[in-house]
Amino acid sequence: MKPAAFDYVRADTLDEALAVLAAEGGDARIIAGGQSLMAMLNMRLARPKVLVDIMRIGDLDRIAEERGRIVVGAGVRQAKLLAWSELAAKLPLVALALPWTGHEQTRSRGTICGSVAHADPSAETPLCLIALEGEVHLRSARRRRVVAAGDFITGMMNTARQDDEMIEAVSFPIRAGNGYGFREVARRHGDFAITACAAIASANGIRLAVAGVADKPEVRNWPDLDGSALDDALNAFAYELDARDDIHATARYRRDLVRQIGREVIMEARRCRA
Amino acid sequence: MPRLTATQRHSVRFRLNGHPVEGSAEPRMQLADFLRHELGATGTHVGCEHGVCGACTVLVDGMLTRSCLTLAVQVDGCDVRTVEGLAPERGRLSVLQAAFRRHHGLQCGFCTPGVLMSLDRYLSTNPNPTEDQLRELLSGHLCRCTGYTPIIRAAMEAAATLASSTRQEDSTHV
Ligand SMILES: Cc1cc2nc3c(=O)[nH]c(=O)nc-3n(C[C@@H](O)[C@H](O)[C@H](O)COP(=O)(O)OP(=O)(O)OC[C@H]3O[C@@H](n4cnc5c(N)ncnc54)[C@H](O)[C@@H]3O)c2cc1C
Ligand code: FES
Ligand code: FES
Repeated sequence: MKPAAFDYVRADTLDEALAVLAAEGGDARIIAGGQSLMAMLNMRLARPKVLVDIMRIGDLDRIAEERGRIVVGAGVRQAKLLAWSELAAKLPLVALALPWTGHEQTRSRGTICGSVAHADPSAETPLCLIALEGEVHLRSARRRRVVAAGDFITGMMNTARQDDEMIEAVSFPIRAGNGYGFREVARRHGDFAITACAAIASANGIRLAVAGVADKPEVRNWPDLDGSALDDALNAFAYELDARDDIHATARYRRDLVRQIGREVIMEARRCRA
Repeated sequence: MPRLTATQRHSVRFRLNGHPVEGSAEPRMQLADFLRHELGATGTHVGCEHGVCGACTVLVDGMLTRSCLTLAVQVDGCDVRTVEGLAPERGRLSVLQAAFRRHHGLQCGFCTPGVLMSLDRYLSTNPNPTEDQLRELLSGHLCRCTGYTPIIRAAMEAAATLASSTRQEDSTHV
């Protein structure tokens, strides 16, 4: 299908984009990579009055290290972050997970921040941002604020973003010495995950984050559990996620994936811990 | 900061396969429709209109791009490449296209324009691909006819041909 009619604004500066959001509020939508929004427009699941294109704003496509964090600007496409030479050293979890986000042909256009703004419950980037205790940097014409990733995503495609705000950047803390593991199960490489698991092993124990089961990524922190204690923790977590049946998988299959690949990624993360 | 109004048609200009082109589009017009209906460049196909099938894949400023997930007005001033630009001259096929013909890499041909754009772009930056890498690349395309195996064969052969011809060129330069 074809989109309903909308005005199109190509913003040259951040202030211009924010001014449109301030004036039009919920009737305006930012378009970044377009890899989720355009499909929604084509299917008329979204009918904004005005689209604000932010991809020609200079300086928004920055990847920078600032105060122990990697800051990824709203203009950074997934392919650009994946090709960044320091990614594996600074953000090993993102380096593991990002190749699973869509296909070469969608990562070339889709952005990191767009993925967080879209907040699909199966998406890898929000999962990593929450697992790593990252932050979302919001900006409007009135103010700037920083929200913890875990508080930003509030449900399926729901976030704490106000209508006049845009995500200016997201930031991931750099943590040396931790071990990481990531795995997902999808029908085909690049399809949305039926279940995705990310584990972090640190000096304090393990942290497991799961996407694709609940309406947003969920996280648990445990001490260094082993054997049946780990099985019990994984089993309890799998049930707490309140999995549902859908066309792709049953709730029972999803719980099984949490137990199986949850354990695998935890073991992998422990092996990689310094 | 230009604001293009919803109900009017706006002039859109870009380079298509190296040549300047111009047409007009409402903001909501997909690049795929602009190519096909405004410019008459019907080589690019449209299947699903939500990014999944890959038939509409083109290059915009060197980036593989779903033309169904891109607006015509977004590519104003850009460099756009489509399947029509692959052949080196009229009546001659590119190495990749010739390999597709030899290996029956297409049957109905619906998916082919997008598949060719992805492979052409990929081989230009990864001259020695493994079969696994090509299969992963092709996960971004749906082909209902071939079962993908002949596509992979054609692409592997094209990669080998391109690699040996660049080796020959290199050796003639020394
Ligand atoms: C075939 C296919 C397969 C895919 N598979 C996966 C997958 O496996 N995993 C996955 O995670 N994703 C997948 N995606 C979606 C992914 O490619 C998108 O890139 C991502 O979801 C959105 O990023 P975008 O830059 O394209 O955003 P857009 O589509 O431009 O925007 C998405 C939403 O976010 C808002 N938005 C964008 N940027 C900002 C900002 N800076 N501030 C505020 N709001 C903003 C928009 O208004 C819109 O509501 C897939 C897409 C396709 C077409
Ligand atoms: S028509 Fe664009 S991906 Fe299917
Ligand atoms: S050749 Fe028919 S869909 Fe691929």
